Amino acid sequence: MLPRSAASALATLPPATRVRVAGRVIALAEGGFTLQDDTGCVKVSFDRAQPLGAIVQVHGVWREGRIDDSVVVVESRGSDKFTRADSDFTFLSGKRLTNLRARARLLRAARTFFDAEGLLEIETPAMVPCPGLDVHLDAIEVLGMGRAPRWLHTSPEYQMKRMLATTLPGVYQIGKAFRRGEKGKLHEPEFTMLEWYRTFEDAESMMRDTERLVSALSTNLLGSTQVPGISRPVDVAAPWERVSVEEALRRYAGVGLESVVNDEERFYRLLVEKIEPELGRGKPTFLTDYPAPFASLARLSPGDSRFSERFEAYIDGVELCNGFTELVDSVEQQKRLEQDQETREKVGSTVYPIDARFIAALEDGVPPSGGNALGFDRLVMVLTGAQHIDEVLAFPVSRV
Amino acid sequence: MYDTSDIKKNLKIKIEGVPFTVVDFQFVKPGKGNAFTRTKLRNMFTGAVIERTFRSNEKLEPADLEERQMQFLYKEADNFVFMDTASYDQLQLSADQLGDNRWYLIDGTNVDVLFFNEKPIGVTPPTFVVLKVLRTEPGFKGDTSGGAMKPATMETGLEVSVPLFINEGETLKIDTRTGAYSERVNKK
Repeated sequence: MLPRSAASALATLPPATRVRVAGRVIALAEGGFTLQDDTGCVKVSFDRAQPLGAIVQVHGVWREGRIDDSVVVVESRGSDKFTRADSDFTFLSGKRLTNLRARARLLRAARTFFDAEGLLEIETPAMVPCPGLDVHLDAIEVLGMGRAPRWLHTSPEYQMKRMLATTLPGVYQIGKAFRRGEKGKLHEPEFTMLEWYRTFEDAESMMRDTERLVSALSTNLLGSTQVPGISRPVDVAAPWERVSVEEALRRYAGVGLESVVNDEERFYRLLVEKIEPELGRGKPTFLTDYPAPFASLARLSPGDSRFSERFEAYIDGVELCNGFTELVDSVEQQKRLEQDQETREKVGSTVYPIDARFIAALEDGVPPSGGNALGFDRLVMVLTGAQHIDEVLAFPVSRV
Repeated sequence: MYDTSDIKKNLKIKIEGVPFTVVDFQFVKPGKGNAFTRTKLRNMFTGAVIERTFRSNEKLEPADLEERQMQFLYKEADNFVFMDTASYDQLQLSADQLGDNRWYLIDGTNVDVLFFNEKPIGVTPPTFVVLKVLRTEPGFKGDTSGGAMKPATMETGLEVSVPLFINEGETLKIDTRTGAYSERVNKK
């Protein structure tokens, strides 16, 4: 049997070539129909009416712009219901399929990048006994685990940092992370996280990694460092802009640091309303030097403990990643987790246990390290021009 | 009371005594920060659209609106004329007040008109309306690029993307929540 030709590849064939194409009948006309496959459309001449929506195989002869002398094999009965807005055909075809191809290519390119850097790819469990204690992240509980309660992790950070005890150069992971109640243009309750750690490195090194990774992926996919962004193009070539949190507050919100360090909600409201929309315009931006109250799991700056070695990167207003010089002091870490537990208790959130194995690993010694967690779906968005996270997912949560 | 998890398009809320309808909303949350819902709200008196960001779980006051079924009579310049079929009283709403809902009004059909303190301020269209295609290019172009949709103008002026096989004069079911094509209504 003839190999199947893609509809989009027919134009390169010499006329009178015998071809086999397959796809769906998407429109009828006098003397034929239009067939669509995953690559495009082609006109087929045929003397008998075909059911609209049917899946067909066509054997025929390619002539200028159409297939003639066709033999049509109908593989499934048609119905024009296939074009209803919520059919898989409508939802998955076209731009989404293009985005999914880009996504697959970027996944491969990311692995190639980190393999070449000598980092080890690992997979850590999705079900954990102690999900992260971030005050504003809620984990999804797994039922049926009996006396050992388990949650889906909101980030694989504890297990990945425990790997560093071996003093290997670094580890990376591309996997799902899960966050309860997060759904929006940039949020999905089950999303893909690209997370990596390097021993004997710091936040500065993580920022350079981020610049090189995003440039490499952009060049791989688009042949240049010009990416479409979600609304405006951005040149992701290094070096990226660096702005401290203090400077960003002054520049975009017109307030000083002192007005927000004791008012977390005000800080994050200014961040989403005033600051984030201005970041990563034209060039990506690193937001650096988070004040100590917002250090999360970052080390405080050795030179000035009012600040921490935490950064985030933005492209076209989209928060792409969060990186640290990792906190590896077990005493300080235990203290911060206890504070997080108290805060969670106070605001009525589930209080997860402190991960004793993680604390023990820090006590036994983990090298000074840099770490970064990057939202892979969002990276695909800014590289493909998608405006909603659903556009880079085959099955967003509403369609599973 | 509502809270932010109740927010959806067309939800009617009251802020400082003024009724607003939700035009658009977005969940926003910095990775490590508080969650918010950013909204675009249409002032139901003036039609003006404002932006407002609510903290997650913040309480919102429902707008006390009364719905009365009325007949849509006709459009006159930028005004839409409705009639109470019991009393024959007539009233007008402007295109600004109706927003996107103006695309779903067909002369002579019944629609729910919203009243706030006895003042008409908008309409609630049914979830789906059936509209006739006024203009669209013939579907069979045979091009080898692009997807399976093309633009069409409906009888009310609404622009929608429709499948290639749709022809002028056919009737389509339109989802008024999204303004998108839903399916072709089979002709008798």
